[in-house]
Amino acid sequence: MSAVLCGSPQVVPGCFHCGLPVPLETEGKSWQVLIDGVMRPMCCPGCQTVAQCIVDNGLCDFYSTRKWFSVTAAQETLIPPELQLYDDAHTSAVEQAGQTTTDPAMETCEAAFSIEGIRCAACVWLIERRLARLPGMCSINVNVSTECLHVRWNKTVCKPSDILKSLREIGYAAYPFDPVRHGEQLERTRKKLFRQLFIAGLSMMQVMMYALPVYLATDGTMDEAMTSLMRWAGLLLTLPAICYSAQPFFYGAWINLKHRWLGMDVPVSIGIVAAFGGSVMATLRGHGDVYFDSLTMFIFLLLCSRYLELMARRKAASALDNLHHALPASAWRMPGYPFCRDTELIPAAQLRADDVILIKPGDAIAADGVILEGTTTVDVSLLTGESQAQSKTIGANLPGGAINATQPIVMRVTHASADSTLSVLMQLIVRAGQGKPQLSLWADKVAAWFVGGLLLFAVVVFFLWQWIDPARAWPIAIAVLVVSCPCALSLATPTALAAATDRLVRRKILIVQPHVLETLHRATHIIFDKTGTLTVGKPVLQNIETLGIASPEWCLQVAAALEVFSAHPLAGAIVDAAKDRSRQQESDLSPLAASCVNDVREVAGQGLEGSVDGVLFRFGAAAFVEKLAGYSVTAQAAVGVTSIYLGSRANWLARFDVADGLRSDARQVVSHFRAAGKTVILLSGDQQAVARHVAEALGISTALGEYLPEQKLAYVQALQGDGAIVAMVGDGINDAAVLRAADVSFAMGNGAALAQMHADCVLLSGRLSSLSEVDATAAQTLSVIRQNLTWALLYNLVAIPAAALGLLNPWLSGIGMSVSSAVVVLNALRLRRIKHKSGDGIEAATGALVTSPSLRTSSM
Amino acid sequence: MEALFLLVPLSIGIVFIAIWLFFRMSDSGQFDDMIGPALRILHDDDRPEINQKSENVRPDGDG
Repeated sequence: MSAVLCGSPQVVPGCFHCGLPVPLETEGKSWQVLIDGVMRPMCCPGCQTVAQCIVDNGLCDFYSTRKWFSVTAAQETLIPPELQLYDDAHTSAVEQAGQTTTDPAMETCEAAFSIEGIRCAACVWLIERRLARLPGMCSINVNVSTECLHVRWNKTVCKPSDILKSLREIGYAAYPFDPVRHGEQLERTRKKLFRQLFIAGLSMMQVMMYALPVYLATDGTMDEAMTSLMRWAGLLLTLPAICYSAQPFFYGAWINLKHRWLGMDVPVSIGIVAAFGGSVMATLRGHGDVYFDSLTMFIFLLLCSRYLELMARRKAASALDNLHHALPASAWRMPGYPFCRDTELIPAAQLRADDVILIKPGDAIAADGVILEGTTTVDVSLLTGESQAQSKTIGANLPGGAINATQPIVMRVTHASADSTLSVLMQLIVRAGQGKPQLSLWADKVAAWFVGGLLLFAVVVFFLWQWIDPARAWPIAIAVLVVSCPCALSLATPTALAAATDRLVRRKILIVQPHVLETLHRATHIIFDKTGTLTVGKPVLQNIETLGIASPEWCLQVAAALEVFSAHPLAGAIVDAAKDRSRQQESDLSPLAASCVNDVREVAGQGLEGSVDGVLFRFGAAAFVEKLAGYSVTAQAAVGVTSIYLGSRANWLARFDVADGLRSDARQVVSHFRAAGKTVILLSGDQQAVARHVAEALGISTALGEYLPEQKLAYVQALQGDGAIVAMVGDGINDAAVLRAADVSFAMGNGAALAQMHADCVLLSGRLSSLSEVDATAAQTLSVIRQNLTWALLYNLVAIPAAALGLLNPWLSGIGMSVSSAVVVLNALRLRRIKHKSGDGIEAATGALVTSPSLRTSSM
Repeated sequence: MEALFLLVPLSIGIVFIAIWLFFRMSDSGQFDDMIGPALRILHDDDRPEINQKSENVRPDGDG
């Protein structure tokens, strides 16, 4: 068996355990382990030890059933100290969160953990076997589909941290199970619906067995007693379907009626009750038609479409899961700060405002706060999708959920973790999922009228047939009630929107207001703010103009060597540019990296002075450098560009032009909207010349600069007065008023300020190209909605008259209705698929963010 | 044909027993994980003593 299961990992030459290349035999050393009678190569002593440990423990089977290599260090994530938190002294913290239940009599504890990285049979097997070795384990159960581990253990002999530690030893990161996260409620509903579906199916099949003979015996060969027996059998077997499986419809109808609203459950329930009542009467009286078979089939098919819809909703919640991992479970509090630097490890949930915490490099920040000590870079990629780590120093705000990348810092907590940026983000997502857009409300309203009309129509049809052919009146009226499908009408929009929202959240685009997709699609004008929207919002080196004989690269290296010592924003631009260049040229280190830089002096407002390899340089404003160089050069000021000069004694070397850089995707987004026939306008508070410059570079025809916020507002309102539908894109903070005034607004994501953001849609990725993605999704969503509505309309237009004319019997109607709902839901689910041609790395990023943000940045 | 008067009620009874059984199975969590058990059955423990031990610590099959 193992030979069959030996998958691809074994044939690749490399470490048998982790798949990394095996180094050449240096100094006669090599590592290998005897597995299944074969000496397998290992890349390092670590893998060798692990593999040996697995073999020695008799767990060889792991290798024969795994589908992937074991994780390597680059994917490792959990930080060990926080495991201690779950020890007995602190279990209360876990219990508080509702994850653990204790049975006092049995001395056992039960808990659920979410496990990341369960991928195949071998994982389940390995986890269960490893945990079974711990003392006091009562039961271990890994659920593959929910990636959830349920354990029960004796708390006197085993600590929760032992469980987490054991899991970590074999390479799985476990988190305390969060009921919200896994949507326990949803799971319960699903389970109940599954049972109802099963019962309905069972009932349907059994009833069919007793309905068939009656259908076949048309020539009167079946005697009265036998027919009656069959009817009673059908009646009894329909009971579970009516009493148990049909509950959701009755309940829904009851809720609808209580709120004086005619939803789709009302005609369905009336149809079920009428058909059942009629059949029971017929059974009791001994003559007339029974519809037990149609009835059970109808309930079954309808439940099928419900189940499908629920599963779709569950999938839609999946994008949230990634975010929930971001807040750490623990924090190092410094209770005695600033007098004493002792730290204590506490659960993050216990953090209060004004607590002072220590954040070690590589740790996630447990709550929002302000830095008191230290300078570091933080990785906010999980919050914003921005991969570049940001440098933060004393006084800077840190968003909870970001990762501290380089230096230990001391931070004062400003909001408890429940109010942190990440939590706000999650609340926004939840809220976004609840809102109903206009289109959907409209569909609901139409559906209500539709149902009302339908009920009347059914009554009319009933009496008409009573007059034509009384025997057929009852089944035809039921068929009319059942065949109509307001569900398709009501489902058409919400399912499509849910699928689209899910897809966008996975792409780090957060839709806060439900109308975004509709409105953006209808928008006639797209107005962009400049700074921070079309541009990066920070200076970027644009051009190096040499003034002497030295090469631009050399000048850049000298400038960068000096600027390393400066905290000025322009310095960052120079240093980044130098790094970029040296990376592009693949020269391992910049030529001056090893050179000796000393006596660096910063002259406020002027520039820097310092000696590199013994030569004195000045870097800064023209006048400042002129004093050293001894003569002046003609300074040409370009639009929107800051020039910095580099000179040495009696020599001008170069001019560096630094300007706010355009976003790399700005041009593509602008042309996307122009191609879509929308008017693109640049509206900026910056100088007219700068605005025009940027607009020209991007192909925007209308550029309006020097607009104050209230002027911007007036401009947008004037446009709207002319009948335009305005979409506004800004950074979300400075333009709050105009963003609110626009018909639909977009904000470039920014982790820290998220809570104050006033936009209908937040581009968390911080990439402008997300905007064209939203637009594409909007177009696709609206076309799916249109298809769905058309289908629902066509179906009802054809099916209802057909039923009224007596061409359909109730069971056929049941099938028709269910298929109609299923078509709508499946069509909507198509929206969840992300096309891969535009899927550059975001998908990978979402995954990678959770696993190893700290490692990615630490290499910088 | 008279046998049917016995067999039909009997079959109805069996259906209700089946429903009761299904509820019991469902309550015990048998349908919670539809993938795991199929994977788990592929494994053999290659050492008997571990086999015994792990069975001792996982007594409740429904857990």
